[in-house]
Amino acid sequence: MIRDPKDLQRYTPQERANHWVVGMSFILLALSGLAFFHPAFYPLTYLFGGGTWARILHPYIGVFMAFFAVLMYLRFWRLNVMTKTDKEWLDRIGEMVDGNDHNMPEQGKYNGGQKAMFWALTVCVVLLTISGVLIWRAQFSPPIGLVRFGAVVHAVAAVAMIALIFVHVYAAIWTKGTIRAMWYGTVTRAWARQHHRAWYRQMTGK
Amino acid sequence: MALQSLDIKQRSATTTPAPSVRKTMEVAKLIDVSACIGCKACQAACMEWNDIRDEVGINTGVYDNPVDLTAKSWTVMRFAEVEEKGRLEWLIRKDGCMHCADPGCLKACPAPGAIVQYANGIVDFHEENCIGCGYCITGCPFNVPRISKEDSKAYKCSLCSDRVAVGQAPACAKACPTGAIQYGSKEDMKDYAAKRIGDLKERGFDKAGLYDPAGVGGTHVMYVLHHADRPELYNGLPSNPGISPLVSLWKGFAKPLASLALGAVALGSLFHYVMKGPNEVSKESEREAEKEESQ
Repeated sequence: MIRDPKDLQRYTPQERANHWVVGMSFILLALSGLAFFHPAFYPLTYLFGGGTWARILHPYIGVFMAFFAVLMYLRFWRLNVMTKTDKEWLDRIGEMVDGNDHNMPEQGKYNGGQKAMFWALTVCVVLLTISGVLIWRAQFSPPIGLVRFGAVVHAVAAVAMIALIFVHVYAAIWTKGTIRAMWYGTVTRAWARQHHRAWYRQMTGK
Repeated sequence: MALQSLDIKQRSATTTPAPSVRKTMEVAKLIDVSACIGCKACQAACMEWNDIRDEVGINTGVYDNPVDLTAKSWTVMRFAEVEEKGRLEWLIRKDGCMHCADPGCLKACPAPGAIVQYANGIVDFHEENCIGCGYCITGCPFNVPRISKEDSKAYKCSLCSDRVAVGQAPACAKACPTGAIQYGSKEDMKDYAAKRIGDLKERGFDKAGLYDPAGVGGTHVMYVLHHADRPELYNGLPSNPGISPLVSLWKGFAKPLASLALGAVALGSLFHYVMKGPNEVSKESEREAEKEESQ
């Protein structure tokens, strides 16, 4: 649905669908995974039909998410290669967080923070998938030392990833006009000009 | 509570105190390896009392049968042939849950009430609360719990908690024909062991001793060993068992710390929004973009 013919296309329907398949799987994984991590979260298993169902479903959702995360990685990794400008941006991230973006260097489709997020999430997904296989008792039984190591890695990577996703979601809420890019694919020209000037130039030729 | 006459000391995945108004005497089973003849009456008594029948296995060339603990074989005699001072020694150890004072299975278990430790020291699995994740296996320093292939629940020796609850000795202790399995208060069992160890020392086993490893806070199944300095001789009984530091990290201080960290990130975001305001497209950007569009 085209809202304003002058809006810029940021994500294709395929990219959006891929993102939300991964996103929804992640939410289900975080909810069921937290339940096994701390008793305070155990009641979350009721969302899945009880503890046993949560235990059965969690790894399958994990494999499903890993598959679509790989697809998403293949779609986006080239756009997330770090450049000198990104490092400069990251050096000044304090100003950005403080709400002052006037001195931030010009950014392409993604800024340094988004790229750092991309790579951090990639590392988390890799660690979670490998360690998740190690602790998947119903399917595999590797040596006990590996299982214990896997359990720690899985927990640490999961907490890191949940925290990163909090930041990811918050950044999208904080930066007004962003979420629509993932809902229906477009952003306004003004949004692009302010937040991703180099990408704006590339798209509009201005 | 499955057995109301047994008070609970610890309950898996529970952060508040368990029902514990009664002070119960600590019990223990003492397995005197030096008096064991390997008859497997304990294995038979265990399956009979607990009403579990494992599938008939295969002979692997040694006396061990079944060859390993399973969801349906909660105790197994392990036979080790060891040469000591030019003489063959047949060391037969009845393997099974050690009922640790500091149980790694309970620490690792994520399902509330699937594993309990009674005030008398027995560590019991309540399979109706078990979700089948196998974390108990990950936590156990003795490699004891087994997940059933039929129902995906974890099983192990209950120290016949149902018998103990009504003042009976565990089935294996009742059946043992040589008195190699003794049952009573933990204090009495230690006294009994001291006598046996004295006997063994007189007979030339100068390293005889009690296996009640401090690394897991002591156990409620103890062994009298002729070679207490080398428990590994007895089919790999660990000499210094303890909950793996990895398990302690995972299910110890990482739990509250990580939960707090996640809460802090969420709250931090909220207050950032409230204090700094949203990152909106400025009027200036809108004007400039419009100007450029019309060019």
